[in-house]
Amino acid sequence: MLDDFLMRAALAGVGTAMAAGLLGCFVVWRRMAYFGDATAHAAVLGVALALLFGTSITLGVGMVALAMALLIHGLSGQRTSVDTMLGVLAHGALALGLVAVTLIPGQRIDLDAYLFGDVLSVTRMDLAVIWGGGAIVVAILWWQWQAMLTATLSPDLAYAADLNPRRAQLILTLLLAAVVAVAIKVVGALLITAMLIIPAASARSYATTPERMALLSMAIGALSAVAGLRLAVLLDVPVGPAIICVAVAVFAVSALGRTLRQLA
Amino acid sequence: MSLIDARNIDFGHGGQTVLHGVSLSLEPREIVTIVGPNGSGKSTLLRVLIGALKPRRGTIIRAAGLRIGYVPQKLHIDPTLPITVRRFLNLPKAVDRAAAEEALEKAGVAGLTERQMASLSGGQFQRVLLARAILGKPDVLMLDEATQGLDQPGSAAFYRQIDAVRRDLGCAVLMVSHELHVVMSASDRVICLNGHICCEGTPEVVSATPAYRELFGTGTGGALALYRHEHDHDHDHTHHHHEAAE
Repeated sequence: MLDDFLMRAALAGVGTAMAAGLLGCFVVWRRMAYFGDATAHAAVLGVALALLFGTSITLGVGMVALAMALLIHGLSGQRTSVDTMLGVLAHGALALGLVAVTLIPGQRIDLDAYLFGDVLSVTRMDLAVIWGGGAIVVAILWWQWQAMLTATLSPDLAYAADLNPRRAQLILTLLLAAVVAVAIKVVGALLITAMLIIPAASARSYATTPERMALLSMAIGALSAVAGLRLAVLLDVPVGPAIICVAVAVFAVSALGRTLRQLA
Repeated sequence: MSLIDARNIDFGHGGQTVLHGVSLSLEPREIVTIVGPNGSGKSTLLRVLIGALKPRRGTIIRAAGLRIGYVPQKLHIDPTLPITVRRFLNLPKAVDRAAAEEALEKAGVAGLTERQMASLSGGQFQRVLLARAILGKPDVLMLDEATQGLDQPGSAAFYRQIDAVRRDLGCAVLMVSHELHVVMSASDRVICLNGHICCEGTPEVVSATPAYRELFGTGTGGALALYRHEHDHDHDHTHHHHEAAE
């Protein structure tokens, strides 16, 4: 079954989409979209460093995404607004990564693969990384769910219940770096945030509790991955953008449905 | 022993000092109200006491295993986060259905379980916050301007509810307010705060202090009259009057 490259691509897409769909709910609830962008854009720099030092791409991306995420986490503890700083970091890391990748001696790499994903070339090893990483993300969120949700609703309610909201924030930061490392092969650095946000936003209209929104978001992400892959093969277009296009279409239908229900 | 004992708390950010040398202790079953003008550090003090803010100086000793039920001034739920009243009551710990319904009833909002939090009115929302706070069987209930946005009868009813809850649970209550007359009548002790503690004592003592009159100006004349009025009712009729009014 895993010998078929389309099957591997589908499994990689579904695995990534489920982890991103779940974590994406917190990204949406906590308004961390820009945070996600900065972390994801830093991934390109991670690719450059991995090539330079000859380590695995996943490791390089993971480490740089982690460093970026921790930097932002530290900054967000300050009282000043971090919006501008996030913009500087996000685009600075992207530009630096793009320059660094082309400066690596002796290699002409396919930059598109890292910017927009290259899911059709995933190996069994990639699949293991994606599903392993995704499983860790889901397991940690499951285990910390109540504390995370309380901290998301109100840091003060968390403090009063002897929970530490900064810890919840740190866990989300680490998980974000993990999802970036896992997802870069599937949708690429530029579209990872879309994978986090769009399924969650689509699920919002049809959910009454955080848990239902999370499950629905995972389902919509997985559906978008499979449908996007088919669309890409059918039209001979890149898979990553096709997946996001399907997700956006689902979002549009969901938003339209919500508007119609409100009118009715 | 005291539930919470805070000694010489200083708090500030940058060159700004918000709290200076504040000491406060809270005894079991006591109702303490912190009053003070805007920007006097009332909410900050409460947030220092729950551990959300680290004081620059001073110590806070909590009784071992102290359970705090905190009702914030405002709780903004992001519109992207769907949550029913029932689900909200499950935070931070899951509770069973009977307990949830009982808490809602005690807070005066029975039967709201399936409603979305975002669809509640201001008064209902505050009462659901109160219900959530009492579900943890708190030793102390802390309320931060919990009646903001409620009209006068609404906040009076809310405070009667708190009084009922306190008698029922036997917890202490520490609240912050600017609605002097409604609050003072129910308090064992009033602390007048303006960065530091200006004066404290029973409602009678505090309202007679020059420091208090200076902070709250001439408006206190009317409030004081109202306060005496409420006070008489509370003691003469052992709350039948209020319960009937609901």
